[in-house]
Amino acid sequence: MTTASLPAAGAWQAWWNDTSTSARKLLANPLTAIGVAVIAVLVAVALFAPWIATHDPLRQDLAAALQPPSAAHWFGTDEFGRDVFSRLVHGTRITLFIVTLVTVVVGPLGMAVGVVSGYFGGRVDLVCMRVADVFLSFPSLVLALAFVAALGPGLDHAVLAIALTAWPPIARLARAEAMTLRNADFIVAAQLQGASHLRVLWRHLAPLCLPSVLVRLTMNMASVVLTAAGLGFLGLGAQPPLPEWGSMISEGRRYMLDSWWTVAAPGAAILAVSMAFNLLGDGLNDALDPRQSS
Amino acid sequence: MKAKWIRGTTGAATALLGLLLLTFMIGRVMPLDPVLAIVGPDADRATYEQVYQQLGLDRPLWAQFGRYLGDLAQGDLGRSLLTGLPVTQDLARVLPATLELATLAILLGALLGVPLGVWAASHHKRWPDHVARVLGLLGHSTPIFWFGMMGLLVFYAWLGWAGGIGRIGLGFEGAIPRVTGLMLVDTLLAGDTAAFRSALRHLLLPACVLGLHSMAYLSRMTRSFMLAQLSQEYITTARVKGLSRRQVVWGHAFLNIRVQLLTILALAYGGLLEGAVLVETVFGWPGFGSYLTGSLLLGDMNAVMGSVLVIGLLFVALNLTADALYRVFDPRARS
Repeated sequence: MTTASLPAAGAWQAWWNDTSTSARKLLANPLTAIGVAVIAVLVAVALFAPWIATHDPLRQDLAAALQPPSAAHWFGTDEFGRDVFSRLVHGTRITLFIVTLVTVVVGPLGMAVGVVSGYFGGRVDLVCMRVADVFLSFPSLVLALAFVAALGPGLDHAVLAIALTAWPPIARLARAEAMTLRNADFIVAAQLQGASHLRVLWRHLAPLCLPSVLVRLTMNMASVVLTAAGLGFLGLGAQPPLPEWGSMISEGRRYMLDSWWTVAAPGAAILAVSMAFNLLGDGLNDALDPRQSS
Repeated sequence: MKAKWIRGTTGAATALLGLLLLTFMIGRVMPLDPVLAIVGPDADRATYEQVYQQLGLDRPLWAQFGRYLGDLAQGDLGRSLLTGLPVTQDLARVLPATLELATLAILLGALLGVPLGVWAASHHKRWPDHVARVLGLLGHSTPIFWFGMMGLLVFYAWLGWAGGIGRIGLGFEGAIPRVTGLMLVDTLLAGDTAAFRSALRHLLLPACVLGLHSMAYLSRMTRSFMLAQLSQEYITTARVKGLSRRQVVWGHAFLNIRVQLLTILALAYGGLLEGAVLVETVFGWPGFGSYLTGSLLLGDMNAVMGSVLVIGLLFVALNLTADALYRVFDPRARS
């Protein structure tokens, strides 16, 4: 096989040095560091949710309904007497589930469409970009709403609907990168050596488009969190009694004037997570864009 | 030049056809039986079959799509099952409310966002820049429906400054003759200042909430446009010739980003249509967003397809406008 598939220990060392240097550079920006810290906390809370939560997130206790924050219930209780803090903690799992699944679907899909479109150009490009244009000609929340309407409400359908609306910008980006690279000397060299289209796309073009696509995906995660919460709020995303943050806000809405904590706490959580992804995306953008580092 | 226009028009036409096809497909795969919605669950087999054929559901999909296009060409979006009125009539009723809200929101967003962006760019990498960056990121990251509810809690329930749910105080409901559908204009036309104040009090809070996103977006874009201008040599020349910072920033650099800003404003306005869906739900604002979500939850297929289509058309029109503005006002794009 080639030497690339069997990297020597030295190559790993170089890779590790590279990565740790760029990570240190990234974290030197305090705002980015805050974003990374919040995301780390989010992942940790999601992993250890049952141990962190003080109560069962689904157990109702009508005698203790709508109690203000106290030592027993840190963020108060909702209209069924469920502990808001514990529901928030378990809600991290749903949020992470949505963000991960959407990203895993959208990343490869957008990348594949974009790279193929940019590399081949011509008719292929025309068709791919026209399809992307159609998806881009709706505000993404409205289109997601329409898809959920077609598929029926629910968490899985919300994920699918968000993914369906989120791929075109990624495809556009990958296409632009592929177009600038497709006539580069090293691509032509690979083609002259007899590399198939698939090999050129997979081994030569895709890796070079990856950094900017990853940055875009990170920034995208913030809007995925917001859209998912919006769908939950409208009653079209995760269904009760799941402790999804958006649907928690929607449930607390009726009692908001007297029991503000049922709404304030999940909203602040959404804000924190979406802000963290935005901060990280912004930091990655600055770190990877040589035009801004002067 | 001519070829470019033709290509642009065919591009828009195929996008439009795709838009129609997508709306049509969404309407067809909805898990609701349109026949059942009309005849009711108690209808017998014969009535069911008759309506099924009347709706053309027994014909192939492409024929159904053709029929859908034909109806559309005659301005027929079908009837809303909920209100019993043609969807076009419903939309004409609700759209002015959304336009009023979105227009005030974009004004507020531009009045705050543009100066903020200019301020950030002219203090690049100093504290105003960081403040603007954090404000912009906050605006991008806030769940807008939650922000609206918090606004209601603080400014309506606790402080009593804002007007609460709806477009106007209950006492004025129905008392204002509808002329334009824009509450502020209609109350002024009726010469009722008390009603005008009530309408304004109801409008300001949701408009501020909705304007948050455009404020964030406009400040970020303004900042990067200004940075690109301020790093150019004509700026240095102007400074060396003795112009003040202020004159250079507002008199030279800002004048050169006006066209870009205009384009971005049109795009931001399109983005507001999205926020409106959530904000209207929170504020009980009887606009397009409430109509869409209301008919969604009740499975009113014609209303959903109609409003999604209209919003898509508006969105495309705004994007095309942004494009056209750029071409008309930027001399470099004219050649």
